[in-house]
Amino acid sequence: MTLLNNDQENVENDSAEEAPRLSLRAAARSGPEPLRAADGLWRKVGHLLRRDVLGIAATTYLVLLLLTTVVGSFVLADSARNTNLHLRFVPPLSTQYGWEYVLGSDALGRSFLAQLTVAARTTLLISIGAVIAAAVVGALIGTVVGYARGRLDKVAMRIADVMLAFPSLLLALIVLYTLGAGLGSLILVLALARIAMYTRVARAETLAVRERVFIRASRAFGAGSLRIVCTQILPVIANPLVALATLEFALVMLAESALSFLGLGVHEPDVTWGGLIAEGRNYLQHAWWIALLPGLAITLTAIATNVLAELVRKAAESE
Amino acid sequence: MARFILQRLRQGILSLLGLVLLVFVLARLTGSPAHLYLPEDASPQMVAAFNAENGFDKPLYIQLVHFLAGVFRLDFGESLLYGDPAVTVVLQRFPATLQLASVTMLIAVTLAIVVGAASAARRGSYGDAATRLGSMAALSVPDFWIALMGVAVFAVYWNLLPTSGMGGWQFWVLPLLTLALRPFGILTQVVRASMLDALDSDYVRVAKSKGVGPGAVIYKHALRNAAIPILTVAGILAAQVVNGALVVETVFGWPGIGNLMVTAIKGRDFAVIQAVVLITGAAIIVLNFLIDIAYSWLNPQIGLGE
Repeated sequence: MTLLNNDQENVENDSAEEAPRLSLRAAARSGPEPLRAADGLWRKVGHLLRRDVLGIAATTYLVLLLLTTVVGSFVLADSARNTNLHLRFVPPLSTQYGWEYVLGSDALGRSFLAQLTVAARTTLLISIGAVIAAAVVGALIGTVVGYARGRLDKVAMRIADVMLAFPSLLLALIVLYTLGAGLGSLILVLALARIAMYTRVARAETLAVRERVFIRASRAFGAGSLRIVCTQILPVIANPLVALATLEFALVMLAESALSFLGLGVHEPDVTWGGLIAEGRNYLQHAWWIALLPGLAITLTAIATNVLAELVRKAAESE
Repeated sequence: MARFILQRLRQGILSLLGLVLLVFVLARLTGSPAHLYLPEDASPQMVAAFNAENGFDKPLYIQLVHFLAGVFRLDFGESLLYGDPAVTVVLQRFPATLQLASVTMLIAVTLAIVVGAASAARRGSYGDAATRLGSMAALSVPDFWIALMGVAVFAVYWNLLPTSGMGGWQFWVLPLLTLALRPFGILTQVVRASMLDALDSDYVRVAKSKGVGPGAVIYKHALRNAAIPILTVAGILAAQVVNGALVVETVFGWPGIGNLMVTAIKGRDFAVIQAVVLITGAAIIVLNFLIDIAYSWLNPQIGLGE
């Protein structure tokens, strides 16, 4: 996440290029702040949020989800494990058996609220892990080939085209089959399928900035390519990459849930939302909530991050 | 034009070779191939006999030559589960998926153009807002989950539609609707955005000022110019429908390659897995090639630019 916190450097780079902006920025600080090009990405997102009901709803949902997941995975860890065969298939929306059973229970009489919360943690950790891994690797490759140009660039882009054209799930299935299912190979497979997206975007952005004055100046002062890529180009092109990563989150989460549904996800006792749906498939007739609720959770989370992603994209484009 | 087509053909063949190499690397470098092909309880004698018979005891480069020769003869070995050659098994299932995918894309593209264009024409209205939220929801829903919910409601609870299999039109309703949802959501957004661009452009303003009716402006002038981004995204999505088919076919017991692939993975039928990946890859490369040609036909500048 270090990519996110480069506002300071952004300002420095820009101010080296156009000094007057600095004073304008200082002047703007005193009054009510209008939306400005030099503002940090998240400030701009916050600004866009104020006028967007859907955006506020999505952010509220995501904050609540994160809070529930973090707190819940401590408070509810025991009830997620405690089986109680007297309380099998308790229907949801009743507090007759205590608040843990407000969302019903599963085939082993475990609190389904606890199951959902514990699954939320695994789902979010896997998705976030895969998104970050893909973003870091993809951005590095894209920046390097975009800066180096030439043959390397052509080959990398060709590979990216093929990777994006091929159905990612099919590729994931065959890799998981040969490597064996599990947490590590799941994150690896999910990240591998999406690296090419970041490579493309990072390369396009790098091509746009590589001839700008501050980078040409660094080159003239004898800075090495690796140094220029890491300290000068990556901070400047970070915003579109963050916007892409936000957009990719829902996609990765959906892919993860599909793999878990097919039985190629994490092993017991770990479980994700997709895995819960697969379990609920066996009880569609008399325990509909087991398949319904995790699906709702996936859908709502995907919608919320997609709404947020649109705002982040708008903010990143307003530079 | 001919140069453009030749170049794309060369790229397609190179991609296919890359895919073949990837499958080879995955199959040989992650452990013994006997472990992949044979059942898990195979005896050491079986493994040794299998290795000798298939040349897996020879050096890697000889294995690669053998493998490539097999791929060119469309020989991926025999299916462990079905006993027939893997190619035959896959090609038998291919039409079912192809039909499902093409009807799905037809529905998704048609609906997306109608809904997206109407939404763009009434920008800012409640209908537009509903379309934006609806398309966002459509592309956020896990397809296998909505498929299960469809089965639960329409097949189990109301008993209106069959739960699984392939047959009369009733069997098509749920698989088509669930599979079309995601491409419909994405395409509606693309159609809406590119229609908004087109409606803002000078030629649409000229058409309006000439007194062309609103319907003709939208569906004739603006839509034609919005066609290129729509075609690009539709092409990408057509290949990605295979992703949806993998899970949706499993839910509905559809006798296509998605279902076959999942069965093959559970039954450790590596010959079939290989054949599915390579044949699907070839089909997608052909599809991309056709889209490239359609693309350069819609916009002659593209062929010249390369």
